[in-house]
Amino acid sequence: MTQDSPVEVPDEPAGHPLRGAVRTLGRAQVRDILLLCVADGLVGASFGAITVAAGMPWWYPTLLSVVVFAGAGQFLVVGVLAAGGSPVAAAAAAILVNARHIPFGFAVRDAVGSGLLRRLVGTHVMIDESVAWALAQPTPARRRAAFWLCGSLLFVFWNVGVGLGALGGSALTDTSALGLDAAFPAVLLALVMPSLRQRRTRRAALVGAGVAVASTPLLPAGLPVLLALAGLAARGRAAAGPGPAGTAADDGAPGGSS
Amino acid sequence: MIAHGTLIGVAVAVGAATYAFRAAGPWLGERLRIPEAVEQLMADSAVVLLTALVVVATFFDGHAFAGPSRVIGVAVGAVLAWRRASFVLVVVAAAGTTAVLRLLGMP
Repeated sequence: MTQDSPVEVPDEPAGHPLRGAVRTLGRAQVRDILLLCVADGLVGASFGAITVAAGMPWWYPTLLSVVVFAGAGQFLVVGVLAAGGSPVAAAAAAILVNARHIPFGFAVRDAVGSGLLRRLVGTHVMIDESVAWALAQPTPARRRAAFWLCGSLLFVFWNVGVGLGALGGSALTDTSALGLDAAFPAVLLALVMPSLRQRRTRRAALVGAGVAVASTPLLPAGLPVLLALAGLAARGRAAAGPGPAGTAADDGAPGGSS
Repeated sequence: MIAHGTLIGVAVAVGAATYAFRAAGPWLGERLRIPEAVEQLMADSAVVLLTALVVVATFFDGHAFAGPSRVIGVAVGAVLAWRRASFVLVVVAAAGTTAVLRLLGMP
């Protein structure tokens, strides 16, 4: 077990946000992050290969992944274009999918930190994995370390993977034999699991997941995941407001009102 | 064949919009005092969105069912994660289960 001692890092360590991140997180967490990076790098390679195989220039997958840096949106752009969709439709679909980053930004803004450079860079490495990794951490110092280490290492591995895939060609178009398509959901699930142990959050997440699954066959990609936010209504009444700000906020909430 | 300028335009438009989405929280958070309830709402929103991503990515390829091999692989990973298995075990078991099932011919 790592020791989250009272030695919380003084509020803003002056140096680079990555300095000390390895020490803060401990070797096991860093190893886990590296494993995730390798898996994502392989998926990135398949993205590069698929994009080129669809007839787009070799530099395009790399441009997309450096500028957008969000896997689902990237696959969507290429998928829509390759299927003969219009550029406007491709962009609109990807923008819709990426709208989930708005609440992400609020949820991890403390981990991004302050200062212009840190803000500019930290904003760009805010992705599903780095957000989930930060949310799984118990202390602010660990949140910051996890967010930055995961985000920046993934930026490197993902883009190197995409570039190699674009050049390496068809050997990599299919990662399904490796089961990597099962690894991505499993990774995210493992990371949100600590949050799901709180009852109010879990109820919202389960209702939201149901909404997303039910609507996926019917709606354009990206929309079902956003509709999952409707699950927030199932959290029940919070300890907010003037009411009894009583006991642990993650209790069962008063019986169902619906 | 799509014109290169068009391709670049799509990448820049999506990249700019995504960056703006990502920047909203840190930017507003510095300028406004965000109430505790809203902070909690946003944290829960992130968990809800990530969970929805998990479920959609487990069951679907586009609009169609992804096939049982992926679902079973993720389920194995989910059980391990719930029982607090190590992250490495969760990832390797999920991918490995799916890979073996496919090797055996399951879609």
